[in-house]
Amino acid sequence: MSQSTTINIKDQILNGIVKENTIFKLALSLCPSIAVTNNLKNGVLMGIAVLFVQVMVNITISLLRNVIQPKVRLPIFMLVISGWVTVTDMTMAATVPDVYKQMGLYIQLIVAFASILARAEMFASKNKFIPSMADGIGMGIGFLFALTVISFFRELLGKGSLWGMPIVHTKPVLMFILPAGGFFAVGILMAFFNWIDARYMKKSSHAAH
Amino acid sequence: MNSEFIKLFELIISASLINNFVFTRFLGLCIFFGVSKKMETAVGMSITFTAVMMISAAMSWVIFNFIMIPLDITFLKIIVFIGVVAGLVQASDTIMRKVAPGLYYKLGIYLALISTNCIILAVPLVNAGEKYSLLQSIAFAFGSGIGFALAMIIMASIREKLELADVPAPFRGLPMAFVVTGLIALAFTGFSGLITL
Repeated sequence: MSQSTTINIKDQILNGIVKENTIFKLALSLCPSIAVTNNLKNGVLMGIAVLFVQVMVNITISLLRNVIQPKVRLPIFMLVISGWVTVTDMTMAATVPDVYKQMGLYIQLIVAFASILARAEMFASKNKFIPSMADGIGMGIGFLFALTVISFFRELLGKGSLWGMPIVHTKPVLMFILPAGGFFAVGILMAFFNWIDARYMKKSSHAAH
Repeated sequence: MNSEFIKLFELIISASLINNFVFTRFLGLCIFFGVSKKMETAVGMSITFTAVMMISAAMSWVIFNFIMIPLDITFLKIIVFIGVVAGLVQASDTIMRKVAPGLYYKLGIYLALISTNCIILAVPLVNAGEKYSLLQSIAFAFGSGIGFALAMIIMASIREKLELADVPAPFRGLPMAFVVTGLIALAFTGFSGLITL
């Protein structure tokens, strides 16, 4: 019994990271994936903020799921989400003011993330505390992973540095830290993941035959 | 009076071209990629979008300046603004269905999508952050709407052609749309420095 629950939790976490990765697979919540990823530090901090909000929202909704009237559930979800976003927003403004100055608007806009509302509606409102928490962690880590990968490549190629520290000393490709470079980076990474997917799928279907 | 008018005009130009929400601030991308497949839907979405944005910017401005600042509850602005937008969308949905059923039939589906759009929420937040006056807020919302419409129409016309193009398999669909958007964004960087506010 206990073993099957642990497997479920592991599946639940992996699901968010690989199969339903918010950015590369579902193509939701794209705005911050480009806006804040021109350096690694901002990308990672944004990912952590989203991870925190996602987990806390899932926990809150799943604890309240028997109290919330189905008819007014959407406004209540929005209220819970915006409450936690406000908490994150104020915490970040107080602890990392220099980063907050650059991406404060995007932190506040976590409220409009389709993925957070979708998880609350589809998963947390129907499941118990622990699976909902695992779902939130998986989804959040998937998002953090995507942002980290994107910002890693953009900072490395665009500035030749990582986390502010210079690594490569040749002339960097400036385009990648410009807005346009963000679109290119996401497009190319998405195609890369599609390609891996297609190869993997082909292999597994061969194995089945 | 005259210089005030010029300021408003500059605000509209800057919000629509230089600081275009889609290409330089990366907001509203979900809807931008989701709805820009056909020209007709792109135009319908843009019209609804601009109208809702201007009304919600005006309403949020009134609430922010006459209720939230006197009561000193500006830290609640995220919660309040999202409530305003959601309420407004619900209300215009109901009113349009009663008053203009023909229009509702055409544009009604976009209304539901709008309530979770980040641009609609970003405009009041920027207005509050920059302390714009009421007229400036509306001008900013109008400019942002025009900018979004421009982006949608450019993108929709390219994507209609893209359907017929022979794209490598992993790039088919969204990845290609991203690369195309990157190229348009590159073109839009040419507008930077057009006006300095």
